[in-house]
Amino acid sequence: MNQKINLAPEVLAYMEKLNGSDGVEVVVNLPKEKVEQINEICNSFDNDPQELINVLHETQHLFGYLPAEVQDVIAHNLHLPVAHVYGVVTFYSYFTMLPKGEHPISVCTGTACYVRGAEKVLEEFKKELNIKVGETTPDGRFSINCLRCVGACGLAPVVLVGEKVYGRVSPDGVKAILAEYDK
Amino acid sequence: MIRLTIDKKTIEVEPGTTILKAARKVGVEIPTLCHFELCDMGIENKPGGCRICVVEVEGRRNLAPSCITEVQEGMVINTHNIRVLNARTTVLKLIISDHPFDCLVCAKSGDCELQDLARQFGIRTVPYGGEQSHYRKDTSPSIIRDVDKCIMCRRCEMMCNEVQTVGALSAVNRGFMSVVAPAFEMNLEDSPCTYCGQCVSVCPTGALTEVDHTNDIIRALSDPKKTVVVQTAPAVRAALGEEFGLEPGTLVTGRMVSALRELGFDHVFDTDFSADLTIMEEGTELLQRLRGHLAGDSSVRLPILTSCCPGWVNFFEHNFPDLLDVPSTAKSPQQMFGAIAKSWFADKIGVNRKDLVVVSIMPCLAKKYECQRDEFSIDGNPDVDFSISTRELAAFIKQANIDFLNLPEGDFDDPLGESSGAGVIFGNTGGVIEAACRTAYELHTGKTLEKVEFEALRGMEGIRSATIDFDGLPLHIGIAHGLGNARKLLDEVREGRSQYHAIEIMACPGGCIGGGGQPFHHGNSEILARRAAAIYSEDERKTIRKSHENPSIIRLYREFLGEPGSHKAHSLLHTEYFPKSNEVTINMQS
Repeated sequence: MNQKINLAPEVLAYMEKLNGSDGVEVVVNLPKEKVEQINEICNSFDNDPQELINVLHETQHLFGYLPAEVQDVIAHNLHLPVAHVYGVVTFYSYFTMLPKGEHPISVCTGTACYVRGAEKVLEEFKKELNIKVGETTPDGRFSINCLRCVGACGLAPVVLVGEKVYGRVSPDGVKAILAEYDK
Repeated sequence: MIRLTIDKKTIEVEPGTTILKAARKVGVEIPTLCHFELCDMGIENKPGGCRICVVEVEGRRNLAPSCITEVQEGMVINTHNIRVLNARTTVLKLIISDHPFDCLVCAKSGDCELQDLARQFGIRTVPYGGEQSHYRKDTSPSIIRDVDKCIMCRRCEMMCNEVQTVGALSAVNRGFMSVVAPAFEMNLEDSPCTYCGQCVSVCPTGALTEVDHTNDIIRALSDPKKTVVVQTAPAVRAALGEEFGLEPGTLVTGRMVSALRELGFDHVFDTDFSADLTIMEEGTELLQRLRGHLAGDSSVRLPILTSCCPGWVNFFEHNFPDLLDVPSTAKSPQQMFGAIAKSWFADKIGVNRKDLVVVSIMPCLAKKYECQRDEFSIDGNPDVDFSISTRELAAFIKQANIDFLNLPEGDFDDPLGESSGAGVIFGNTGGVIEAACRTAYELHTGKTLEKVEFEALRGMEGIRSATIDFDGLPLHIGIAHGLGNARKLLDEVREGRSQYHAIEIMACPGGCIGGGGQPFHHGNSEILARRAAAIYSEDERKTIRKSHENPSIIRLYREFLGEPGSHKAHSLLHTEYFPKSNEVTINMQS
């Protein structure tokens, strides 16, 4: 099977940017072993449609994101319409259809961080990397997301890069943080 | 029983009754928007999302949505006091604040539940500014999605998933960004949509509408080089009158014929004729398969499934690609008509098929897609050029200033306008298989059927079964209407558990009378029952009630086709099916 799909313009525009393609049709390939990995996850939940959120959770943990073809395989295994799976993926902000960067940046915009200037820190990251929240840099190195409270309000504003926590971040400190990941 | 007071009226109702339904029992009509019900069919949508139906429950702090709040002992409810009316008006203004103000050019104008509410509540200004939805319009061969007009009632989602089990539509995204859309927000055309149109038939606004082909027809009618013929499906005559204020169930066959003639069609024909033709071909196929099966031929596939419903054809192509050899290969009546009109009839009147325009009036939206399928055209010239719905015809008649109610009773033209009662009942669930039985019984047994009505095959239950005695041979028949019910019977076939010799399937609840192109019933299942009764009464009025006794059909075989199932009949009247994958993107690399 090798079928062409029409994606929403917003998703498409972004995928085109990522793939550097100028066509309107996107064909994404999924290697056999990945399909088998998804099948395993679905099997571990007895292919129960009620377990969709758990299956998505584990699958995203494995792949880092939930592209269309992964949702297709899950829908097929759980006997759900793929539209329904997509509906759940797009409802929860935790799930993402776009690959995160090698170094995913999470800026806490919870109450404490917010009042201590997280917004300005976030703006600085966006400016430095020239991407919006939820996007990944074209070279795949960084992505930006917001989260609500990591339980370190004493260190507000807090930024996570991967698993590493940075406290009391100021807009001026953004460049230095990014520099740590420049090889 | 639970006692409560609604607008000073005391009432006792069963536990579990909602305030909305309790109110209706005492004649109090609470306005609703997202709520939708087809009660006899167990179809109900009540997400409690729109909050138009809020009422005041004394002693409760907030207003309660009446469609999802169950009654409690001693409740005192006010459904229309100032507090409630204020809340409803505010809610309505908020809904309208993100709705395009293009009622003047909206296909749903005059039949829009949101517009009705705005009028009822006297909304003159909307004080709330702010963001507006701007989503692309999605046009498929049958259905247009304009989700800027969507109010997220999710009736379409309920129809598509729970009733039809098609799964093309789902609510996606969150908050202001949420829309009802196919997976990955792709176009409907690329989704598993069957074009059954049930989403359109329940949409309260203009978010889901049919593709309108009226202007194509006007163009053809005004072209002096074209000969334009029209065919009308059985279910249209039982519903068209509703658009002109007639009681549901009023048959308007004669007036419809006169109206079509006034509109300028050169020949007014009847799909009932080709329904008879379908019975000749499908009935013959049924007998052939049955005899093969009885003779022990293991290559014969049983049960045979009817194939005249294009929504159903799309459904099995998508969901049962492994069972494509089970349905009858007979084309639908619409397509049989087109094939015969552009061959036998075109030759008769000496017109080249390219100068003959075939228009069909259908209760259906899937027919729009069906007539555009590649296999139903020759050198790019389709057998059926345009298919319009009952609603589009009504609008066309009004536009042409035809006094429909006072038209004389017209008669269909010959030869493609003559039909039997068997052709008429195609419009009801169970009708096709009943028509097939009338013919197959007589062909199989050589005896005359004493009573042509097979009552056991009639009714409105979603799945029905009956055993018909074919002179000692018990023929097991299954009937399903609504694609969710069809799926259950097909799963049995797939698993080898099916006990049936023949199964009739119609995609829409009630059959064609409840089709996606019919006048909006707004959830009133009584309307469907009356349409069904009208169809059966038209059958009773006919002198000829069996397809194989239709003189024009006999003539068509004698002059042109030869025998049912002949080589010529096969090339013109039969088709093949194509597997369609539901998986949109999987590309396996080994």
